[in-house]
Amino acid sequence: MSNRVINWFKFASPQAFYPLAGKMIPWFWALAAVFGLAGLYLGFLVAPTDAQQGEGYRIIFLHVPASWLSMFIYLVMAFWAGLGLAFNFRLSAMMATALAPTGALFAFLSLWTGALWGKPMWGTWWVWDARLTSELILLFLYVGFIALQSAIDDARRADRAGAILALVGVVNVPIIYFSVKWWNTLHQGSSVSLTKSPSMATTMLWGMLLCALACWMYAIAVALMRVRTIILERERHTDWVRAELIGKE
Amino acid sequence: MKTRHKRIALIVGGLVILGVVVALVLNAFQSNLVFFFSPTQVAAGEAPRGKSFRVGGLVKAGSIVRESDGVTLRFVMTDMEKEMTVAYKGILPDLFREGKGAVAQGKLADDGIFVASEVLAKHDENYMPPEAAKALGDASDRAAATQAAEQAAAKTLKP
Repeated sequence: MSNRVINWFKFASPQAFYPLAGKMIPWFWALAAVFGLAGLYLGFLVAPTDAQQGEGYRIIFLHVPASWLSMFIYLVMAFWAGLGLAFNFRLSAMMATALAPTGALFAFLSLWTGALWGKPMWGTWWVWDARLTSELILLFLYVGFIALQSAIDDARRADRAGAILALVGVVNVPIIYFSVKWWNTLHQGSSVSLTKSPSMATTMLWGMLLCALACWMYAIAVALMRVRTIILERERHTDWVRAELIGKE
Repeated sequence: MKTRHKRIALIVGGLVILGVVVALVLNAFQSNLVFFFSPTQVAAGEAPRGKSFRVGGLVKAGSIVRESDGVTLRFVMTDMEKEMTVAYKGILPDLFREGKGAVAQGKLADDGIFVASEVLAKHDENYMPPEAAKALGDASDRAAATQAAEQAAAKTLKP
């Protein structure tokens, strides 16, 4: 029995994690494709037209997953960065670095799809209300994190500086989430939350959740691919990386 | 205390202080973060005077009137307590409808009419097929009718 227990700390070493990540990547790509196809099928072919907004509301199937992921990835990134800062785990700092571009992509998509949605429905591409502004700050935090880390040549010092920025920025995530509750905003309240039953038709909700799962799986897949390149780059002086690279040629 | 524990304590302590600071700052900026004022707030004098601000509320049903010049619209914005008249010249978004939410930006004129330079539609977080929306509307109409009937009955029962 005891030898069936997996020693999770074993995978905290970049050398052990590198092949594990390589094995997991195709599975996450496959899951992303399955969830994505199912979500888009439900969203575009099954879900009914909305009573208020007509067909235009269907951008929700990209907008909401992108917004959720932009906030969630930030929390995960800050968690790994904080863990790396507190315990000097090399891999968790690399994980934070690997997540940042994907988070920035989702924050950008959230703002962009929101603008495309806002123009026909609200009558404007952009307003400086609390929800939109705090999401823009999230994008700036991601960009700042990436810029700060690439501005420092020493990888360990770059990790520490980035981690502090990531942790400070965490306060913005609850502000984004609760902005529509705390202040008068042009953006409407949450349709889906933990405290009340969702105010959406069931097929719309399922389409949106499946699309969110697809985005999540995609985020994991690309973050793992990115962390593998970061591992190779940072551990290039080690024997196992040399052996790995020679084996490929 | 080990260095690692010290570092964790520093991080946790830093985050707690940061959280308190942000909470205080947000509290202080409460009024500046408000995107729009309700007609009740405007009536209470909370909105800035002589400066441009936004008013948000529901467009009162049956209140949209086009003026004789053919381009200026007048409608009543309500928050179910106070009402205010808004005048606007320009293009309205598709979702601007009677009984639905809207946000208007502009200035309060001396005669108490809000002269808007921009009108945005504010929709709610409910998404449903048209049939469900119709069923909901019918149900609330029925409920209102039953309530009215009950009130009428209660009145006639009273001596």
